[in-house]
Amino acid sequence: MMSGEPDYAARLRRRHRSEMRFRFYGLLSIALAGVILVILVGSIVLKGYSAFWQTHVRLDFAISAEQVDIDNLRETNWDGQVKATLRDMAPEVTGRRDKRKLYRFVSPNAGYDLRDAIAADPGLLGTGFSLWVKASDDIDMLTKGHLDRTLPESDRRVSDLEVGWYDRFVGEGRIELRFNLDFFTTADSREPEEAGIQGALMGSFLTLLVTLALSFPVGVMAAVYLEEFAPKNRWTDIIEANINNLAAVPSIVFGLLGLAVVISLFGVPRSAPLAGGIVLALMTLPTIIIASRAALKAVPPSIREAATGLGASPHQVVIHHVLPLAMPGILTGTIIGLAQALGESAPLLMIGMVAFIVDTPTGFTDPATVLPVQIYIWADSPERAFVEKTSAAIMVLLAFLACMNATAVWLRRKFERRW
Amino acid sequence: MHSLILAATVLLLALIGYALGRSRSRNLAGASGQPLHSLPAYYGGYVAIWCGLPAVLVMAVWLGTEGAIVRALTVQSLPAELVSDDPDRMALLLTDIRNLASGSIFSRDVDPALQAAADHYQSLRQTGFASMIVVVLACAVAGLVWARRRVTPGLRARNHVERVILWVLIACSTIAILTTIGIVLSLIFETLRFFEKVPLHEFLFGLHWSPQTAIRSDQVGASGAFGAIPLFAGTLLITLIAMLVAGPIGLMSAIYMAEYAGSRLRSTAKPILEVLAGIPTVVYGFFAALTVAPFVRQSGGSIGLDVASESALAAGVVMGIMIIPFVSSLSDDVINAVPQSLRDASYGLGATQSETIRQVILPAALPGIVGAFMLAISRAIGETMIVVMAAGLAANLTANPLEAVTTVTVQIVTLLVGDQEFDSAKTLAAFALGLMLFVVTLGLNLLALSVVRKYRERYD
Repeated sequence: MMSGEPDYAARLRRRHRSEMRFRFYGLLSIALAGVILVILVGSIVLKGYSAFWQTHVRLDFAISAEQVDIDNLRETNWDGQVKATLRDMAPEVTGRRDKRKLYRFVSPNAGYDLRDAIAADPGLLGTGFSLWVKASDDIDMLTKGHLDRTLPESDRRVSDLEVGWYDRFVGEGRIELRFNLDFFTTADSREPEEAGIQGALMGSFLTLLVTLALSFPVGVMAAVYLEEFAPKNRWTDIIEANINNLAAVPSIVFGLLGLAVVISLFGVPRSAPLAGGIVLALMTLPTIIIASRAALKAVPPSIREAATGLGASPHQVVIHHVLPLAMPGILTGTIIGLAQALGESAPLLMIGMVAFIVDTPTGFTDPATVLPVQIYIWADSPERAFVEKTSAAIMVLLAFLACMNATAVWLRRKFERRW
Repeated sequence: MHSLILAATVLLLALIGYALGRSRSRNLAGASGQPLHSLPAYYGGYVAIWCGLPAVLVMAVWLGTEGAIVRALTVQSLPAELVSDDPDRMALLLTDIRNLASGSIFSRDVDPALQAAADHYQSLRQTGFASMIVVVLACAVAGLVWARRRVTPGLRARNHVERVILWVLIACSTIAILTTIGIVLSLIFETLRFFEKVPLHEFLFGLHWSPQTAIRSDQVGASGAFGAIPLFAGTLLITLIAMLVAGPIGLMSAIYMAEYAGSRLRSTAKPILEVLAGIPTVVYGFFAALTVAPFVRQSGGSIGLDVASESALAAGVVMGIMIIPFVSSLSDDVINAVPQSLRDASYGLGATQSETIRQVILPAALPGIVGAFMLAISRAIGETMIVVMAAGLAANLTANPLEAVTTVTVQIVTLLVGDQEFDSAKTLAAFALGLMLFVVTLGLNLLALSVVRKYRERYD
């Protein structure tokens, strides 16, 4: 070998090593994305799955028929009954402050549960019966192990006294984790143990209904015009550029539009699903138009030519032939657009859908909130129990999104046609 | 709700009109023996359009203007001592009247004059609604009768119907333009009003942001300073962190998927990225605030760094995760668009695959990748929920990613959520910030598109 000639073997090795490194970085990036996804979903599931169960306390009652006016159940002091039962369960408690602590062991709504139980079965009166009521949120956290009882008493939310009662009740078989159906059937509440997502789900449903009713017809018709009828001129160029730009406008700007135009100018009530639906419809419109145009474009010209050859007018060609063939693609795009709208929250904050609302909305102009905004509201709440509720609400939201996207994928697979 | 019933009635009338028109055209053709110009369904459609369209238009105009007219009439009828020149006080008064009329909880003692105004308002609304029903239904019936009379076998019904359909289609396609105009106008009007109160140069170049305006003039600490530089700096800092995360990960995964990955890896990696793209931003915000931020704070604390609990780092990293899919899918398309001949030529010269990628494909795809990054940056600048939940509220002018900063979008949300008076500089400032946001993201998008388009022309 001549001196001064480079060592080709070493150089090749170096080049191959750098090749391996480059490949590794690529693989690492993909793996990283996967790991992040697992951490994201995993952390939420770990935090939230326990919210589907709720700690209940068994209270024993012996209420005589004389104490209750069965025709006028509101008159009876149900809270007093609950408190009396609690006092019986912990007879050693005497001090005023300790008693108040004892009353907070169960949810403040326990009295209503008792009333509802009596209303459902008046035969309970006069006999001893027991009722499972929800424990308060701190006790619930204690059961689920989210409160560290080894901390000094001043650092935790439950006192030694409460922990003592809790352990005794557990020994007596009075504490049980039960499936929390109320999470799906009640609306928001200041008490974490009473808060549910029904109101938000209903609000999301009404809002999406408005969004669908507005954006689907308008989007499809706009796409049909631009793809099938529009002459190629400046005007249609402007429309096209506009649609593409609208798709990239930050969602919060749509919220400002909603505030300034939909609410202030048109007078649509604040916080209403109608206002939210209009804003989200304007946001999803570009998505639907772009997807519909792609679907229309995918229908081969031979279909149009054949129909025209048989004497159909341009409108008949589109309505009878092109549109039905493009429909699966259009529906796929619409579902994806609606899924985006379902997850959207920023513009809805602007138009007042962030209020604390305890009633489940029933109409398009009732004050309402939507699931993502409910998540935002709960995430802001200081109680530890709301962390769990927030994660559970996120799981419900993700489940809905997964269903919608799976439907879109299924539609695409089932009806996709290669011409 | 009552308007919905009215709309449904009009729809029903239109359907009846459709049936009437269709049967009449058939009967006429059968009786006279003259062939129909169009299919019977078009005659039905002709009558239905004449029945429904004018009625719906009248109803839309009515609903749009009724509120303003009723308001004006109510104000006119008010006794002179209640009327004031101040628009804010008038708005408050009207809200009171409306609440009183709708029977909402009313805290103040009810002034008899106010009660009278509320009654008047209520009666005006009822009269208005009743007359709307009459007018709309009259329109529908008149249209139906008139159009049905005009149905003759020689009527060119198809052409009429198709022309109307075409106009409806055109109207739908202009909604996109109307939306843009609406955005621009509403932002510009409010922004101009803002600049009447706060000078433009103070907003653009001021270093101090504290939008709390004083309620009383002698109040302490409510200066109402509107210097937006700290917001722009905070937004840029978080965007920069996000791009430092999303840029390398997104680009490298795009390169790997486009150049190395087999179909099996592609079919698992693509859905992962699509799921990341489909997760709502509020979920990322929750993740940032409750998982990443405490983690950053703790790990910073364990090596002796003082990390704010709402650090820019946590928000930026999570925002980066959110935009990984944007970067990767856009870059993927761009890399796939590089012609195979370039790769073949490079391999033919003996280059390894990574050398080909780095020295041939990436330079060729560079304009597209730059475009993709710009789109990702514009997405990050406009992103709201992550920063609202995980970034701070205080406007610190700092480049330290461990401190809390605030962003333009966070300020828009905090200025507008909750109580608001529509005229204060505080609420108007949100619109000025919104306009900045709109202009910047629009500029970035247009720039990105033009860069990408230029690039495309080179190979097609």
